[in-house]
Amino acid sequence: MSNTPMIQVRNLYKTYRAGEVDVHALQGASLDIVRGEFVAIVGASGSGKSTLFNILGTLTPPTSGTVTINGKDLSNLTNAERTELRKHTVGFVFQKYNLLPTLTAEDNIRMVQYIGTRNKSGKTAQFTPEFKEILEVLGIADRMKHKPRALSGGQQQRVAIARALVNGPAIVLADEPTGNLDSKNSAAVLGLLSDLNKRLGQTILMITHDREAAHYAGRSIEMRDGQIV
Amino acid sequence: MINKLVLSNLGHRPVRTVLSVLAIAVEVTMILTLVGVSYGTLDGTAQRARGVGADLMIRPPGSAIIGLSTAPMSDELIAFVASQPHVALATGTAIQPLSGFDSITGLDIDPFTKMSGGFNFLEGGPFQYDQDMLVDEYYAREHKLHVGDQVKLANHVWRVAGIFESGKLARICVRLSVLQDMMGNQHRLSQIYVKTDSPDQIQAVLSDLRTKMPTYQIYSMEEFTSLLSISSVGLLRNFIGVVIGVAVIVGFIVVFMAMYTAVLERTREIGILKAVGASPWLILDLLFRETLLLSVLGTIVGILLTYVTQWLMKHAVPSSLTQETVYLWWPIAGGVAIIGALLGVVVPGIKAVRQDATEALSYE
Repeated sequence: MSNTPMIQVRNLYKTYRAGEVDVHALQGASLDIVRGEFVAIVGASGSGKSTLFNILGTLTPPTSGTVTINGKDLSNLTNAERTELRKHTVGFVFQKYNLLPTLTAEDNIRMVQYIGTRNKSGKTAQFTPEFKEILEVLGIADRMKHKPRALSGGQQQRVAIARALVNGPAIVLADEPTGNLDSKNSAAVLGLLSDLNKRLGQTILMITHDREAAHYAGRSIEMRDGQIV
Repeated sequence: MINKLVLSNLGHRPVRTVLSVLAIAVEVTMILTLVGVSYGTLDGTAQRARGVGADLMIRPPGSAIIGLSTAPMSDELIAFVASQPHVALATGTAIQPLSGFDSITGLDIDPFTKMSGGFNFLEGGPFQYDQDMLVDEYYAREHKLHVGDQVKLANHVWRVAGIFESGKLARICVRLSVLQDMMGNQHRLSQIYVKTDSPDQIQAVLSDLRTKMPTYQIYSMEEFTSLLSISSVGLLRNFIGVVIGVAVIVGFIVVFMAMYTAVLERTREIGILKAVGASPWLILDLLFRETLLLSVLGTIVGILLTYVTQWLMKHAVPSSLTQETVYLWWPIAGGVAIIGALLGVVVPGIKAVRQDATEALSYE
């Protein structure tokens, strides 16, 4: 594990407007995450962890402060560059899985692969042997032809993890990945994230309010009132 | 992959997809039916005009190429025309417009028979009495007429004396003098047909008559039938233009509604695509492909529906409306449907592109 920070957050502020009220979601948050780390950001509802997730995922810009991922300063990126970054650098795992309901599990993964790697012919490459191994580890190889509605919550979240990994992102951002799962499936999903981190050296940043879930991570960071404490 | 997503999205909401396709199909059918009827009407008119066997046609000054003319020309012109060099025969007809597309044509049966070779009667025969009427097979079939039946037309009771094979002069024929009396337009004609003594003389006679009768509209039969096209009939051209305009608006509204609803319904999915790195172009590409597929399917179904309207007209109103299949207009109608649909997807597309990914992902 290199000690060079893959993610560097400095003095991050985010204020957004909810109705007629300004909400100061982030108030000078700073943190470093090095390559190959599995970090959990723990905090209560309203602590600013989801806002941090959205900024790190380039889904929303910060009000001020700097965020650097893989040496790229997000504050100087155009919309097109942010889109490119999401294609290749970041993989998302959401609380509500967020699979496309009309596609099968395999096509959900292939869609992201297509977006990340498509060439002019519009064809996507075959899954690599390494990725097929990941599918085996995730235990969903035999569920790939099913649509999300035919999968359990745990299976959907495994598909979502596979989808996040298909383009070999530098970092996986997981927002409450066990928030919609029972304890058995939660343990399985967290175990898989931990396993992938150890096997592949995959950098993972997990947002959670569940301290028990945070124990699966190599390091926990606490957030409160928009700040890292 | 995009195509797969398009197909799965359309399959996910089958009712909306079917309704959208049907609405676009109706738009296409509307255009193709109108154009088909226009072509059918014009070609039918041309066929009947050719069936007279004349070489030239003289129409009143200021008359339109196609129209339900009354009788403004003096029948003394027949003698004048017949006396011209190389004119073998001249005969006149009068036309009394009826409701809808129908009209009664008055003719002199003897010169007409000499010029055209006569009607080919499927039932009955030529006029025997003044109140006799001859009708073609389509008119007879549509109105369930047989020889001996009585028909009231233009406040006059006629007896069907004969039913003839379609394609000569008109659909409803009566004696010229009877019709002129009935119209209160004695010795007046709507048009004059001229037969030359040799096909080689047609142009010479045409030029000669145009010189001697400069205000009249005189055509060779070839020229007249070639003028019976949509582009030369202003009313039809304008009407088709209006229908195409309406069709584009219908297509626009249908697709706008369908895709706007789809974009709202798929807010979360669009957010997911954006989150995983889909560019605005990819989102637009997705919606445009979906719309294009709806339009193409709508065009195909519309073309098939056109055969249904053709069948209905053939069996319900064979004499009034004849609908042809105009293949040339298939791509035009399809193009109109696609343009209307693509215009309809622009606003929903912009809405989709502008959606904030974080808000979209939290959309329930």
